[in-house]
Amino acid sequence: MTVGAPIAAPKVTYLNHEHTVASWLLTKDHKRIGIMYLVVVTFAFFLGGIFASMIRLELATPAGDLVSADTYNKMFTMHGVAMVFFVLIPAVPAILGNFILPLMLGAKDVAFPKLNLLSWYVFVIGFTFTLYAMVSGGVDTGWTFYTPYSSRASNTNVMATGLGVFITGFSSILTGLNFMVTIHRMRAPGLTWFRLPLFVWAVYATSLVQILGTPVIAITVLALAIERFLHFGIFDPVLGGDPVLFQHMFWFYSHPAVYIMILPPMGAISEVIAAFSRKSIFGYSFVAFSSLAIAIFGFLVWAHHLFVAGISVYSALVFSFLTYAVAIPSAVKTFNWAATMYRGAIWLKAPMIWAIAFLGLFLVGGLTGLFTAALGVDVHIHDTYFVVAHFHFIMVGGAIMGYFAGLHYWWPKITGRMYSDIWAKVAAIIVFVGFNLTFGPQFILGYLGMPRRYHVYPAEFQVLNVLSSAGASILGVGYLLVAIYLLASLFFGEEAGDNPWHATGLEWTTQSPPLPHNFASQPVVTEDAYEYSKREIKVV
Amino acid sequence: MFSGIPLFPTQASTLAADVDALYLFIVAITAFFGILVTIVVIYFAVKYRTNDPMKVGARIHGSIPLELAWSIIPFLITIVIFAWASSVFFDIYRPPDQTLEIYATGKRWMWKFQHLDGQNEINELHVPAGRPVKVTFTSEDVIHSLYFPAFRVKADAIPGRYSSVWFSATKLGEFHLFCAEYCGTNHSGMVGRVVVMEPTEYEAWLTGTVRGGSLASRGEQLFGDLACNTCHLSDGRGRGPSLVNKFGSPERLANGSTVPVDEEYVRESILMPAVKLVDGYQPLMPTFQGLVSEENVMALVEYVKSLRAQSSTVSRAEASEEPAQPAATRENR
Repeated sequence: MTVGAPIAAPKVTYLNHEHTVASWLLTKDHKRIGIMYLVVVTFAFFLGGIFASMIRLELATPAGDLVSADTYNKMFTMHGVAMVFFVLIPAVPAILGNFILPLMLGAKDVAFPKLNLLSWYVFVIGFTFTLYAMVSGGVDTGWTFYTPYSSRASNTNVMATGLGVFITGFSSILTGLNFMVTIHRMRAPGLTWFRLPLFVWAVYATSLVQILGTPVIAITVLALAIERFLHFGIFDPVLGGDPVLFQHMFWFYSHPAVYIMILPPMGAISEVIAAFSRKSIFGYSFVAFSSLAIAIFGFLVWAHHLFVAGISVYSALVFSFLTYAVAIPSAVKTFNWAATMYRGAIWLKAPMIWAIAFLGLFLVGGLTGLFTAALGVDVHIHDTYFVVAHFHFIMVGGAIMGYFAGLHYWWPKITGRMYSDIWAKVAAIIVFVGFNLTFGPQFILGYLGMPRRYHVYPAEFQVLNVLSSAGASILGVGYLLVAIYLLASLFFGEEAGDNPWHATGLEWTTQSPPLPHNFASQPVVTEDAYEYSKREIKVV
Repeated sequence: MFSGIPLFPTQASTLAADVDALYLFIVAITAFFGILVTIVVIYFAVKYRTNDPMKVGARIHGSIPLELAWSIIPFLITIVIFAWASSVFFDIYRPPDQTLEIYATGKRWMWKFQHLDGQNEINELHVPAGRPVKVTFTSEDVIHSLYFPAFRVKADAIPGRYSSVWFSATKLGEFHLFCAEYCGTNHSGMVGRVVVMEPTEYEAWLTGTVRGGSLASRGEQLFGDLACNTCHLSDGRGRGPSLVNKFGSPERLANGSTVPVDEEYVRESILMPAVKLVDGYQPLMPTFQGLVSEENVMALVEYVKSLRAQSSTVSRAEASEEPAQPAATRENR
């Protein structure tokens, strides 16, 4: 195992074997497509971040003094749309999944490389529609598009945004399909299902949700368009429809979509924790099957978003119970990650720090779900800042931190360069502190009763809101820092070598950045994932 | 009461204490597990840390007993939370039999409350302490949500149907009422206050603000103005069924099924009469959708309710005889 590859003659990599713009835009290389997703998603992340900054700036004072009410409503709507559909859903599967999955499988590419490129174009077209909707007046329905507000009352660009979401959904379906076939058909000789890295299991479970769930949001948006343009009564009671039906349909996709967002980062966390603990993951099959359990149970809990929307008491009971059931596999994962560290040889490099930060935040996000699932408590905290804090702990504290842990872990493989380890640790700590300061006070605000999506609020909530806004600025600094040192690493970073972390996994057996076709020869797998202890005799 | 930095909401209803007890129980459970896992992770990270990338960890692959333990124990704990939370939920959604009834309508961006004795209020609701109050409401446009944080109750106001919340206030004073479901431009302005008064003060307030007749009498007036009375003859010989003693009893429909005659059904029958046609009658009644405001529908509903021989609704006149519910002066727990 080499530590930092010796400086060799210029090597051929997927990055330098072709240079033209067309070689990127027409590429069928999963690695280049992953990079192209990285560019678009990063742009969407900054866009969503700017909207978030505007929200937190406005909320620094109780009065609506920075932007008008309509502008504020558009800010939180577009923040949600940008972050959910164009950052959280594609971040780990489309960026890291695209880049790493075929490498992990010992494959040359995904099963359908042209389809993979098509997915990216579909994604970009959907994003373009959404951007158009944003710059040409914006949209103010909330990312949830609840009817009859969205179908009757809002006179903003609801349908342009809806069309953007509709189109983007197909990108998600195609990617899921592609990955699923890839995992079934493209595994290297010897790479049996129970030798797969857990990231692959997570991506597989995610693909299942993408394929089965995403068509429902497409149908829902289509139904909304039919009502808005043709005045067919589907959701609007004046036309004979049922507004709550929309919520059922919307959440039938959008709750499983939460698992599209969180499962792949969980997979990345399993990789990082195993690699930096130098150990097999504790309870491999439990972690693997918990991903599938989450994917399946995730389809059965949607109505917990409707506990105060007039669903029957008995269906509320059923959905509350199922929500608790889906919490168990997440708890199992968390305990297994912690147990993996037991008697490890823990190398506290930057990706591990990000992963530990993930554990802390995901823990809070998961545990606060026990409050929102509890019927008697949810009546009070529903649609308050408690819920806002809860899902940000899952979506940002969980999904984004997990994405960053994975990005830091695989960055040397992707770019062939090392970033500054110390700055990456500093950034992780800044983000962790800033995040807690931003969203911690929101739990208290929520239990006090501050409703979400409020442009102005009663004065007694100001101190907690100021704390939250202060935290958001720290969080912003943390994210900017990440952008700076990662970009700097491209120009000034040390050569990473093939396997800077001394990790197991086929992706580390090829060069960094990888060859255009990944491997010089077909890899063959002869052992389970994470067999660190076989490699050395030295045991701590 | 709005001064200082609050960290815990005012407890101003009987339900609030129940919800808070459950909340604090979950806080304790989650804090315990959160802190436990955090300490374990930090302890491992410190104890087993190394700077030697060549070292490897112990050869441990897992433990079935541990996996079972940390699946089953959390599951059992969540069952306890689930059961407790569900029982609190039943209390929140099952009003006591004898309640003071108030109607409300949400519309962008205000709440209008109608008392049975005819008083109307906008973004303000006066209620007596110590008596269960049930607010029945709907929306005239988009979805809203009527939320009383100090009472720990909310429910969405959904156009096309009735929702309700009930509470029994335990503390005098003014508390927030919010719209909790995003409804457009002035969503955050769709707020107001609920004023909890001593029952005697409340009586005085009702007397002082009385205008026009009771809600039921306004409904009666509308019943004539809209010519409902030309078909719904009280002797049952009209083209529509008699409404006397209708409310609260089951009604047999033309399609053979039976529905309870409640607020929801009366409302639907006014606005969409053909949907649930009463057995033995022709679908002659025109729809009043768009012709009667939700507030007037409520007046009509209340009129139909008043045609019962015995009313379980407590009007103001009976209010003073009502045995006191948990006392107004009950201390905060």
